[in-house]
Amino acid sequence: MDVLFDYPNYWVDALVGTLVLFFAGGGIALVLGTIIGAMRVSPVPIARGVGTVYVNVIRNTPLTLIFFFFAFGAPLLVDFRVDFLTLGIWALGIYTATYVAETLRSGINTVPVGQAEAARAIGLPFTKVMSLVVLPQAARSVIPPMMSVLIALLKNTTVAAGFSVFNLGSIRATMSEKGENQMVTLLWVMFIFVVMVLLLAWLQRVLENRWRVAR
Amino acid sequence: MTSVLYDVPGPKAIARNRIIGVLTVVVVAALLGLLIWRLAESGQFSAYKWQAFGYSRIWEQFGIATLRTLAAFALSALGALALGFILAIGRMSNHAWVRWPFIAIVEVLRAVPVLIMMMLIYYGLPVVGVKLDSYWAVVIALVAYNGSVLAEVLRAGIESLPRGQAEAGYAVGLRKAGVMRLVLLPQAIRAMLPVIIAQLVVTLKDTALGFIITYPELLYFAKQLGSNAVLGSPLIPSALVAGAIYISMCLLLSLAAVKAEKRLRSSPRVHKAPGAGAPLLEGTETELIVTQKRG
Repeated sequence: MDVLFDYPNYWVDALVGTLVLFFAGGGIALVLGTIIGAMRVSPVPIARGVGTVYVNVIRNTPLTLIFFFFAFGAPLLVDFRVDFLTLGIWALGIYTATYVAETLRSGINTVPVGQAEAARAIGLPFTKVMSLVVLPQAARSVIPPMMSVLIALLKNTTVAAGFSVFNLGSIRATMSEKGENQMVTLLWVMFIFVVMVLLLAWLQRVLENRWRVAR
Repeated sequence: MTSVLYDVPGPKAIARNRIIGVLTVVVVAALLGLLIWRLAESGQFSAYKWQAFGYSRIWEQFGIATLRTLAAFALSALGALALGFILAIGRMSNHAWVRWPFIAIVEVLRAVPVLIMMMLIYYGLPVVGVKLDSYWAVVIALVAYNGSVLAEVLRAGIESLPRGQAEAGYAVGLRKAGVMRLVLLPQAIRAMLPVIIAQLVVTLKDTALGFIITYPELLYFAKQLGSNAVLGSPLIPSALVAGAIYISMCLLLSLAAVKAEKRLRSSPRVHKAPGAGAPLLEGTETELIVTQKRG
């Protein structure tokens, strides 16, 4: 218990660090992932190609290596100083964007072609086909896997600990400097993650039940 | 070609698509150009920065580091598959006192970040007197995490099979173990092979986390080489080389997954993967009769 309650400031800072990485990285991932996902299903072959290359390259690169590029490589390339938190957020966002893009793409693919064809047959223009027929159906089948992507992102924030961003993953080193029990520290970190992930999983189940595909 | 999103383009759409195509090329070229300009400007392409790669010793060490990555991956993959089977079967047990502990174990292992698990083994266990090598910390953490994920994959595969399969197995006189081993598992593994291989790609990528707990694998060596001042601290060049090695290894495995998926789709022997069209009638005939009798 002492590890937790003797240093409340460190734990709050660590939790805030993790949450900042999660929300900011998630925001970048959702925006970038939507763009890439749209490119991957677009009628323009070049855009499709660019999307495919992006997804295949980034998805087959370890997140640790992407962090490596951002934390150690990027500062060599620019003249101004960038703090590690910003770099970590971008690394997480760019990595997670590929999973967001793939989730969106497979969500759109679950909508039967007949749905869009029927919509076009009754004379709806492209924007209405998308907003009234395709996207509402795709969104329902996208939400559960998207929550899984976000859960993975939450767990991946710990990787930032290896790259000078203070979060729940790095509190072990701090406690070790203070001579505290590392085992107990890490068990607490584990406990916090289990609670946060269960919370997200619960949210996932609620959304899943509310927006179950009625087909 | 027609897709859900768009019809076969007419003359207007073809012209518009061309403009979008040109715009894409311009934006991507601008981004890549910016990156390459910054790389060149900061001297990352100079021979001085790449001199390390003229020595065969350096390549030898890259090879050794890659082998260390593969050594961690191979054992983790085998272990994860084995643990996955055990956890999946335990989780589907008919006895609640077996099932619930397994459910708890799988859920906890899935919820904890792999890096935290590695730290727990590498930094945490020495507190209670168990000192393990960083290699074992990497392997055990990867086995625990990926094993629990694979358990869920296998369970989903088995549960996606028509219930008639198991019932037919029992009808011809097989016991629980026989039904599982001879009827359900072979079909589930076949249907889930792409997902299983994709999870192995994740395992391979996650070996790079060993870098953070000082397991001397590929990325660790890239960092070491990158901070070698005698060779001009070629940080970006060595990261690029390490990245190329990682990407080619993972792409090879991913390719296997794509191949497996294609073979699956064309194979008539496989029950269609989950999500490929919901069945019209959920239960089997037997269950229908049972529910009718009850009602």
